[in-house]
Amino acid sequence: MLKIRNLDAGYGKLRVLKNISLHVKAGEIVTMIGANGAGKTTLLHTIIGLVRASAGAIEFQQKEHTGSCAQKIVAAGCTLVPEGRQVFASMTVEENLILGGYMLQRREGKDAVLRELQYQYDLFPVLRERREQYAGTLSGGEQQMLAMGRSLMSRPRLVMMDEPSTGLAPLIVREIFKIITRLRDEGNTVLLVEQNATAALGIADRGYVLEVGKVILQGPAADLLANSDVQRAYLGREKIG
Amino acid sequence: MNSINRYKILGLAGLVIAVQLLTQFTGTAFYLTQLTMSAYYGLVIIGLGVLMGYAGQLSIGHAGFFAIGGYLSAALTTHNLLSYKDSLCIRLLERADMLVLSEDIYGDALLTVVPWGACLMAVGTAALIALLLAVPVLKLKGHYLAMATLGFGTIIYRILLATPYFGEADGISDVPPFQLLPALGGLPPVVVSGSFDNRVVNYYVAWGILIVGMLLLLNLINSRVGRALRSLHSSEEAAEAVGINTSRCKVQVFVLSAVYAALAGVFLAHYNAGIGPSEAGVMKSVRYVALVAVGGMTNLWGTLLMGVSLTFLSLRGVFGSLDDAVFGVILIGVMLFAPEGILSLRRFLVPAKDAALKRDEP
Repeated sequence: MLKIRNLDAGYGKLRVLKNISLHVKAGEIVTMIGANGAGKTTLLHTIIGLVRASAGAIEFQQKEHTGSCAQKIVAAGCTLVPEGRQVFASMTVEENLILGGYMLQRREGKDAVLRELQYQYDLFPVLRERREQYAGTLSGGEQQMLAMGRSLMSRPRLVMMDEPSTGLAPLIVREIFKIITRLRDEGNTVLLVEQNATAALGIADRGYVLEVGKVILQGPAADLLANSDVQRAYLGREKIG
Repeated sequence: MNSINRYKILGLAGLVIAVQLLTQFTGTAFYLTQLTMSAYYGLVIIGLGVLMGYAGQLSIGHAGFFAIGGYLSAALTTHNLLSYKDSLCIRLLERADMLVLSEDIYGDALLTVVPWGACLMAVGTAALIALLLAVPVLKLKGHYLAMATLGFGTIIYRILLATPYFGEADGISDVPPFQLLPALGGLPPVVVSGSFDNRVVNYYVAWGILIVGMLLLLNLINSRVGRALRSLHSSEEAAEAVGINTSRCKVQVFVLSAVYAALAGVFLAHYNAGIGPSEAGVMKSVRYVALVAVGGMTNLWGTLLMGVSLTFLSLRGVFGSLDDAVFGVILIGVMLFAPEGILSLRRFLVPAKDAALKRDEP
């Protein structure tokens, strides 16, 4: 579904991503873990077209998308749940969701958006309860659900999530991750970027470890969880003896 | 358009008619002159309100667009084009039936552009300038955007002051009336001019334009494009991620609000039969911004009401020589005590419980 080959990207003279290659297959959760400043967000921004790649290739659905603007790649079916949720605070929950269907409305008309809206309310019942409320008044967990619902409104083929666990209580994080698993089980494809490596590797099918702009490890999630380097660096576990 | 806005529009139309009848019966029809002018300024203010409140982009240069509209329309309908008669431009205009030959006060032949043609050219030019300005300038944010638009306003003001074609410090006078509709079925023609006989008609023309302008903006805000606009000032990253072309969106709304300002400028220039450089002054732009803030940034109805009523009081000379000072004090007061606009203060009138249940306009 998504193939990235030898990707370089950065800001001005600063090279943040160095020679990144990865792929995501339909129907799987792939996670990208790494510390602060490893380039996780930059990678997602480059895929969606907010940051321009300086070298390499991005291929989505067998089509070249290197250097495409965000509108094109979103129209092709790839969306981003941005870091820190970034809901439209001064708009209601429902308006946020309808705006998520911005591309859908242009493609299939208003009825399709309203149908999709009901589907999101079924997926996130709490959003239905809060539909008239301003998005800025929701709790962190509810905002995260809204941000996810907003992205799903365009019926994407690939959902990219940028640290959905940031700033949430452990109980809420568990719920969010349960929803991500459910999305996969319903046939969605997810690229999940996380600092919370345990939780992310726990639900993912495969994973990549990013360190200062380079992929240093990759493989099935279970293998990474068991890997001693990963355990030491990201899971805070030191093998004794 | 939801039903609340429909009732509000009808209510406004009713109010407009009621005010006219009231002035008729109390013999105070002279108020209509300032009410007409206030409606045109209202057009500038609601256009700026959508740009600032909904799209979150500040402009301290809107008097510039107002002046571009007013000055171009005034110059084209006033200055003699006879000596350029053979140039390509003039021949094209003639082909388009956009020229009129008349006599000036000394009885010499006077060739000018017809007002509707001048209006189109003036508004078109303002839109084009807005487009050229918006593409680089809207990449800026916050203070930098404010400074860039302020600079634009200052440049326009200085150009008008220094150009003999635009009358330098005197501005342009003797701008002819603007005939909107010809005489139809026994009714007199609808003419935008300051003459005494046209006072009532002009009042309705101005408020009619303002109401139509308001309708268009209300529809825009509640449409797919309008929601996209409103998302801009929350998070451009998230807006891009749902597929909104944020830069194009910003440019479009900037041009739209410039068109509103220019249109107001055109009509006021014909109504007042003249325009002067004070209309382009920086203090005018600041005043428009202040009026939007006083009305409430994301409250188009509040913007309309406060904008029109304060402008009316100012035009009536109620604030005297303290005019600018009063607007300054009002702005500071609103920022301190009612940052969501004067109308948000009504929550002190409604019991707290009701207010919590009632949701304000978005």
